[in-house]
Amino acid sequence: MSAHFADDCIPQIAPLFRLQWEEAQQAYVILYPEGMVKLNKTAGEILTRCDGKTRLSAIIDDLERQFSGAKIGDEIRHFMETAHEHGWVRITGAA
Amino acid sequence: MSTAGFESPARPKLLWLLAELTYACPLQCPYCSNPVDYARTKGELSTEDWLAVLRQARALGATQLGFSGGEPLVRRDLEILIREARSLGFYTNLITSGLGMDESRLKAFREAGLDHIQISFQASRKDLNDYLAGTEAFTHKVEMARAVKKHGYPMVLCFVTHRDNIDQIEAMLRLANDLNADYVELATTQYYGWAFHNRDRLLPSREQLERAEAIAHAYQESMKGRMKIFYVVPDYYENRPKACMNGWGAVFLCIAPDGTALPCHAARQLPGLEFPNVRDHGIEWIWNESSAFNCYRGFEWMREPCRSCPERFKDFGGCRCQAYMLTGDAANADPVCDLSPHHDRVLAAIGRAAHRDEKPVVFRNTKNSRLLGLAK
Repeated sequence: MSAHFADDCIPQIAPLFRLQWEEAQQAYVILYPEGMVKLNKTAGEILTRCDGKTRLSAIIDDLERQFSGAKIGDEIRHFMETAHEHGWVRITGAA
Repeated sequence: MSTAGFESPARPKLLWLLAELTYACPLQCPYCSNPVDYARTKGELSTEDWLAVLRQARALGATQLGFSGGEPLVRRDLEILIREARSLGFYTNLITSGLGMDESRLKAFREAGLDHIQISFQASRKDLNDYLAGTEAFTHKVEMARAVKKHGYPMVLCFVTHRDNIDQIEAMLRLANDLNADYVELATTQYYGWAFHNRDRLLPSREQLERAEAIAHAYQESMKGRMKIFYVVPDYYENRPKACMNGWGAVFLCIAPDGTALPCHAARQLPGLEFPNVRDHGIEWIWNESSAFNCYRGFEWMREPCRSCPERFKDFGGCRCQAYMLTGDAANADPVCDLSPHHDRVLAAIGRAAHRDEKPVVFRNTKNSRLLGLAK
């Protein structure tokens, strides 16, 4: 049962999880009861933009600009599905 | 000292700090992981001591923080510690029996930034729960679990299972579902501390475990996406040891109520090791330099069969405390492993438990702790 992410959906970090920058690990991490997942650079950049206000299309535009115009939209949508399966993000404002 | 071209192996990074705030506890669970002679321990750390521990551990990179005990709610300064921990950036877990909790404290902890609460249950019904807890606890636990969700916390319910309650695992899962738990831990008793003392009386049979496991797995499927169920496998029935603490001094640091720094809750019993105290040393020195934390780090200390075993990178030779308790030497392989020359001792324990000898369990309380302390 994989979620389909419409580009106009608005993702945000789910209430059971916390996203934060860890200086000691030089990485973003997802924190939850008694556990932690260390995120790679792209995953961290995506999730920091899941603020419950920004549409997925805008997140993709923003990141493609940041990564010098590389076409990474599909990669981002794929990661969002993984993040959703883990329960890290929830979706609001989907059409 | 490092020479150009040679780097000393990367030091393990501290990630998990367990703050055992007190050994005081209103419950008397016979499987408690605290040392059986805890009554000898004198002089709890002060609020200031704990605040210093939190700051130093966080500066070293620790991210997860558990407030535990005993019963951490016994400490009246818990709110102060939570507030500081949260502002330092810890993910703060309160691991509690629920006794000593009320709605006003729940609210105050929420405002102080507490991230998550884990409530333990002794059983799924009042009579058995309160028998095992040694006190009236069940009704209050249920009320507090409801209040925890009402105040918006993620909630873990932890059921420690053993011979007397494991057959009710389905009722435990139904209770957890009724209480809207986000996670359920079905934690088979680990045989340390009081549980080791009561092992012959608590160890379930293989048939009991297989039944429980099948039910747990069926619920894991049917509850997917609603409630996460962790089933902790009992290592006595395994052929390979658990990767205890992810290795000695690898990620985990426990500070006992009196300030003793330990690589796991049970390590205090190991002879020949001098565990440093946070009253005398900083966390950085304790973690990086102390001989106690370096003693079983990495792989150099290992003997055969671990030393040449390809699985040593996965299980780190198992548990040092279990090796000590069952073989008399912490540097031996964990005898849960069927490659260990001492594996027969685990099988013998299973055999003894199968006789279902009905000697009464010894409850964890100060009187019994003094008695067991005398025998040491």
